[in-house]
Order: sequence, then C-alpha cells, then structure tokens
Amino acid sequence: MTEICQGKILLYWAISSAAALVLSPLLIGVINKIKAFFAGRRGPRLLQLYWDLAKYFRKDRLYSSTTNWIFRLAPAVSLTGILLALLLLPGGTQPSPVFFDGDVILFCYLLGMGRLLTVLAALDTGSSFAGMGAARELTFAVLAEAALLGAVGYLVLHTGSLSLSHLLIGAQLNGGQLDCTAMVLIEFALMIVLLTECCRVPVDDPETHLELTMIHEAMVLDYGSSDLALVLYGAALKLWLFASLVVLVLLPLPSVGMTGNLILHIAGVFAVAILVGVFESIMARFRLLKLPLLQAGAFGSTMLAVLLKIIFTG
Amino acid sequence: MNNGFLILTNGVSAPVADVPVLPMAPFRQMVLDAVLNGGARVAAFFVLPPENGGESRLIAVLAAPQQHQILVASGVIENNCYPAFTTECPAFHWFEREIYEQTGILPQDHPWLKPIRFQPAADGTAPAPGVTDYFQLQGDAAHEVAVGPVHAGVIEPGHFRFQCLGETVHFLEIELGYQHRGLEQLLLNGPVPQTPHWIETAAGDSSIAAATVYQTLIRGLSPDLPPEPESAGIWRAIMLELERIANHTGDLGALAGDVAFLPTASYCGRIRGDYLNLTAMLCGNRFGRSMWTAGGAALPIPASAAAVLRSKMDELRGQLNNALALMFDTPSVLDRLENTGVVTTADAASLGLVGVAARASGLKMDARHDFPLPGIPVLETVPHEPVGDVFARAVIRRQEIAASDRRIMDLLGLIREDLPAAPSVWQVPVLQPDRIAAAVTEGWRGELWQVAVTDANGKFRRFKIVDPSFHNWAGLAMALRGEEISHFPICNKSFNLSYCGHDL
Repeated sequence: MTEICQGKILLYWAISSAAALVLSPLLIGVINKIKAFFAGRRGPRLLQLYWDLAKYFRKDRLYSSTTNWIFRLAPAVSLTGILLALLLLPGGTQPSPVFFDGDVILFCYLLGMGRLLTVLAALDTGSSFAGMGAARELTFAVLAEAALLGAVGYLVLHTGSLSLSHLLIGAQLNGGQLDCTAMVLIEFALMIVLLTECCRVPVDDPETHLELTMIHEAMVLDYGSSDLALVLYGAALKLWLFASLVVLVLLPLPSVGMTGNLILHIAGVFAVAILVGVFESIMARFRLLKLPLLQAGAFGSTMLAVLLKIIFTG
Repeated sequence: MNNGFLILTNGVSAPVADVPVLPMAPFRQMVLDAVLNGGARVAAFFVLPPENGGESRLIAVLAAPQQHQILVASGVIENNCYPAFTTECPAFHWFEREIYEQTGILPQDHPWLKPIRFQPAADGTAPAPGVTDYFQLQGDAAHEVAVGPVHAGVIEPGHFRFQCLGETVHFLEIELGYQHRGLEQLLLNGPVPQTPHWIETAAGDSSIAAATVYQTLIRGLSPDLPPEPESAGIWRAIMLELERIANHTGDLGALAGDVAFLPTASYCGRIRGDYLNLTAMLCGNRFGRSMWTAGGAALPIPASAAAVLRSKMDELRGQLNNALALMFDTPSVLDRLENTGVVTTADAASLGLVGVAARASGLKMDARHDFPLPGIPVLETVPHEPVGDVFARAVIRRQEIAASDRRIMDLLGLIREDLPAAPSVWQVPVLQPDRIAAAVTEGWRGELWQVAVTDANGKFRRFKIVDPSFHNWAGLAMALRGEEISHFPICNKSFNLSYCGHDL
C-alpha cells in the first residue's frame, strides 16, 4: 500500500517530522508566554516543558493499587497513535511517503485509539473525577470528530483525493470567491477541532487545579513520572498535528517554492500557537454544557462548505 | 413585638440577671415569632451552662435591624432536650446541630441531626471527621462525587459530597470540622494576654473585623478602661475597609481565574497584595494582626499616615478599576457568571444568609448600617442585587470595593491628630462580673458576632463567636441544587467562605 518516492519527498517529510518531534514542546512554551504577556507576568520559560519532561523521566514510577495494566499501557499507546498519525502528514507541500486512499480514516482512528486507551485507563483508576473526565472527553470528542470528518469531506470534494497528504496539499485556493468562503468555514471548523482535541480554552482549561471542571486533565490526574512525560509530550505533539492541519489547508503559496512552503508550514504552526495563546488570554472558558453548540457549529460550517461546493460546482 | 426580650445595643453590656428566663414553650414561641414575623434574624443561639447547679439555659441573641436593636432572651432546658426550632425555621439548623454536638442536649425532631465539627463529645469520645451519614441518591444512573478534605491547591480542608445525575448536582452536602481547634473552650475563663490573638486568628483573613468586634465587646464589659483617642476607632474602621477591599479584590481575581480569564486573575492577585501592604504600612502586619489592645493601638499611627494612605489609594484605584472592567466587560466571563448558582431571596432569608451572599440575593443588610459601632459614621447605602447568582455576588463585591474606597476617603478626612501607642500591649482588661454583651460588625464576608457572658469573677463564662461562614455554608449547598457540577468552583468562590472561622 505504501510507496517510497524520490529522495526529495523523503527529505521534506523527514524535516517536517523531525521538527514536530523536537519543536512541539516549544509550542506550549509559546502559548504560555503569550498568556503571561497578556496577564502582565513574565511567565514560565519558553523551554519549560523540555525541562519538565526531563524531570519526569528521571522520577520513580508510582501506581495506585486499584489500577492494572491498562493504566500503564495507555500513555504509550496514546503517544504511539499520535506518532503514527504524524507520519501521514505532508511536509510543507510535499506529500508524506506513507499514503494510500482512505488513510485519512486511519488518521482519525489512530487518534481514536489513543483516546480509547486513555478513557479506559481513567475508568481503571476508579476515581470519580477521572470517570467524569472520561465521560466528558468522549462526549466532546465525538462531536469534534464529526466536524473533522466534515472538513475532510469538503476537502475530498475539492481535491478528489482520499489520502490525507493529497487532501491537504491539494486544497489550495483556485482563486474563486466560493473557495475563499468555503476555506474560511473549513478553517473555523479545524480551529474548533484543535481547541477541543488539544484541551485549550474555551473548551478546556489546561491550567486549572479544579478537578470538577476538568475534561482531559481529570483523566490523567493519576499519572506521574515517565507516564506523565509521555502524556504531556503526546499533548504537545497533538497540538502540532492539529495546528499543521490548520496551516496545510492554506498552503501552498505558489511564489515561495517548496522549501519556502516547508518553512511556512513550521512557522504557521507557531502562528497557530500564538493565536491559541491570544484566545486563552482574552476570553473565559465556556460553560461545559454549551460546548456541544460550539462543536455543532463547527460541524455545521463544514456542511455549509460542502453544500456550497455541491450547489455551485455541481 | 419585642416585649419579653432584653434589648441591647452594639457593644453595650447588661447584667446577665436582666436576661429574661422563660419556660421553653413561650420562649420558643417568642423567638420564632420574632424571626418569622418580626423581621429579626438569629445572630447567636447557644447553651449557657448553669453556674451553681440548676438548669442549662438556651440563649437566643437576635438581630432586629429595623430597630437597630439586639434582642436577648433565654429558655430553660428541661430533661436535656427541647423541641427543635429548625422544624419551623431553617436558619436554626446549623445552630441546633452545634448545640447537640457541644452539649448533648437534644433538639427533638431536628430533621438532620449530625455533627458539624466532629469535636470531642462531653464524654471524651471523638468521632472521626467526616465519618457520618450522608444523603444518597439511588438509581443506576446516579453517581456520587466526593471532593476533599484534601484539595488541589493551597486551600483549607472540607469535605463535599455531590449526588449527581450526569452533570447535574441534585444535592450537595458539606461536612467541615477538620480545623476544629477548640477555640471557644480556650477562651473560657479569659481574658488572658493571648485572648486577642486567639480571636484574631479564628478566621485569619478577617483578623481586623474580629479585633474590631472584640475591642467593642471588651469596652462594653469594662467601663473602667481609659477612653481611647477618637482616632483609634476611625483607624480601626479604615483598616476594616482595607481588609474588605483586599479580600474582595482577591476574590474577584480568583473568580476570573476559575473561569480561565487570566488578565484579571493576575492583576487582582497583585493588587490584593498592594492593599494588604497598606494595612502593613499602618500596623506592621499585612492582616492587621496584634494591632489593637485593650488600651488602644499597639503602635502609634501619625496623622501624616492619612496623607500617605490617601495618595496610595489614589494610585491603586485606577489599576483596580481597569482590572475589574476587563472582567466585567468580557461577554464570555459574564456568560459563565450569570444565572449560575442562584439562591433566591426567599431561600436566602429562610436559611439566614448574611453578608455579601445575602445582599446578592436581595436582602438589604449590613451591620455597618444596621448596628453601627460607637463613634463611627453609619454606612448610608447598602448595595443589593435581586438575582442571587454568581454574577450578583461578584457585582456586590465590585460595588463594595468602590464604596469602601469612598468610605476610607471620608474617614481619612476625620483624622485630626496622631494616635499614640497604648501604654502596655499586654494589658488585660478587668471585666465587670455577671454581665452579658454582644457586639457585631460587618467583616468582608458578612456580619461577625461575638457574645460574651462573664462569671462572678469577671471571667468569660461563655464566649460565642459566630462567623458569617457559619450561616452561609448552607447557602452554598443550596446554590448547587440542580446546577452543573462543573460550576461548583465558581459558586464556591463566589461565596468564598471560611473553614477555620466555622470550625473554631
């Protein structure tokens, strides 16, 4: 199913994947710096998450006696799913060497696999907080997945391809106003999906210590040491992944060449992080039970894009 | 209506023999009538043990705000039990649980009689904190969430049980007592040199309010104390308002933090510290501890401090207004606060809520207006909001910050001379024997009562502290009924009640 193309594709893909692996913790640092700026504080260091990860990897593991192997397996499976999903991403405007028709479904399910294990691990702890977090995570993830698939549906119509790489790199504007309108709708939806999947304000509050309000954080309260490091690193990679989706839909800019587009991809991911930081600084978190409206809005906007496409281009 | 009660004013004592002693049935009728129909509310309700044999007496101290009177009466307890008042008036609920726990005297037909502090009983047995019966919700879809006593973050211990269906809380039960230190027992046979310190640390964030009430009480019980300079009371009133501004600022910031609105959270955290530092500038301690002794101020305050305080207040006012405007002008913040955690006016009145929570639920009460301290200008207007949601409690705090600021500016205008230090900070006042006095002021949470009864030697025979939190925890539980469980933190923060002030 896979095919390895020329060395150039491989090189671009290797660079963008390496950038994701190395630079993703920096995204969290950038968001925190932006938030600190708005709050008039200095904030944690840009590289704080790297230090934290190094610290957690050095710590001894400690497990609650109520948990079993699922709890220990979940962080690794979750991270593996995210890493595999990362392999399907194009590097700038070069497609990933790993692609096949329908791999976009694999992309969704790789992330879903990690979520399944995280939810099971949360139930495994027997904590009422983790149980509540798991219920909330699934509720909102289902809705966000609909929006993600809606966006994919539009891109399939737009590009005629069923592989993630080609969906994304073929999504460029054809110059028509219709495409512009649809693209705004799709970008809006992808941004909501990012905020949901990556547990950012206004959907979730990654900073809070209030267990009763948590979604994702409540599920991973019981993790420490290297497990927590995997969870945190996975979260950073996931942010990179979804920020890439947001950015890649807008590429390529024809005037800057392939290398330029690769640089734009990586720079764009950081621009999304800055945007997320600004969102978190200027608005409060939404009421929990209002969140489905947000995600339904995202799904609705993708459906609107699809409708426009069907009606105006037949 | 008030016939049959002994009428006191704030901080003025009366012979304990003047307190009417009634048989239980007419006493119960009279007290319930005053509370349910007479516009009075229960300020303190406790057992006075007999001095030389005889029967224990139930003392009711009621606040009658319209008449600016404090009503006191007592009923004789026979056979170690009496018919519970709670069945007629829920405001007595917590008091009667306290009475049963402290003395073993049984309020018959009390609907939910269980410990509130898990303190050692008269026979020495001490129940384990938090281990008791709880309301339960039956059914496959019902689930129970237990939070605490150990919480995330640096906050006090308390245990919260939520009975939930999905995200909806049907019932919240709050169990406290983890911080019980036996304060009221410690105060017996006082005053001793440590007594002011113990009073101030009953709830450390209300030290100034507690000290203000205690000094009022002591002056009422000890008429031989040399008169304080006029400015002593004024400086106390100024410090009381500084305490209010600092805590309200901190609370609004914390509320912003809980809805993940960072700018106001950060700014208010810093500005709260600046206001605490103003208190430190006056007395050397950020919480105003150990400032007041029986003889007056422990440290001198020069008249020039008024000008310095005025200029610093001018500096902070704009910063605080900006930080608060940011929060109150952001729609996503307002959406979280509005219609969340509603306590209706009827519920608030029936539960006997006080302070910020009561005013946010439409009850117009403020001890600075209803029971002014001697020598201090009366608070003219009492802000109140009709809705009783988190937003109303936030708005009341914002209005009170502005009002306290104006009040400080007015009070500073009354400062004419230096306030000298008291001759001795260790002076223990000599109290008149066999007297009773009640004193109250409006702390930042609400009205803070102290009631003292002296024995034949002028020592405390009973010292009752009623923190506003003692009334208001029930309000928090009520606010959560039918509310989303994820709203508990902002409901809790909008009340911001004291654990140690309740647990004593």
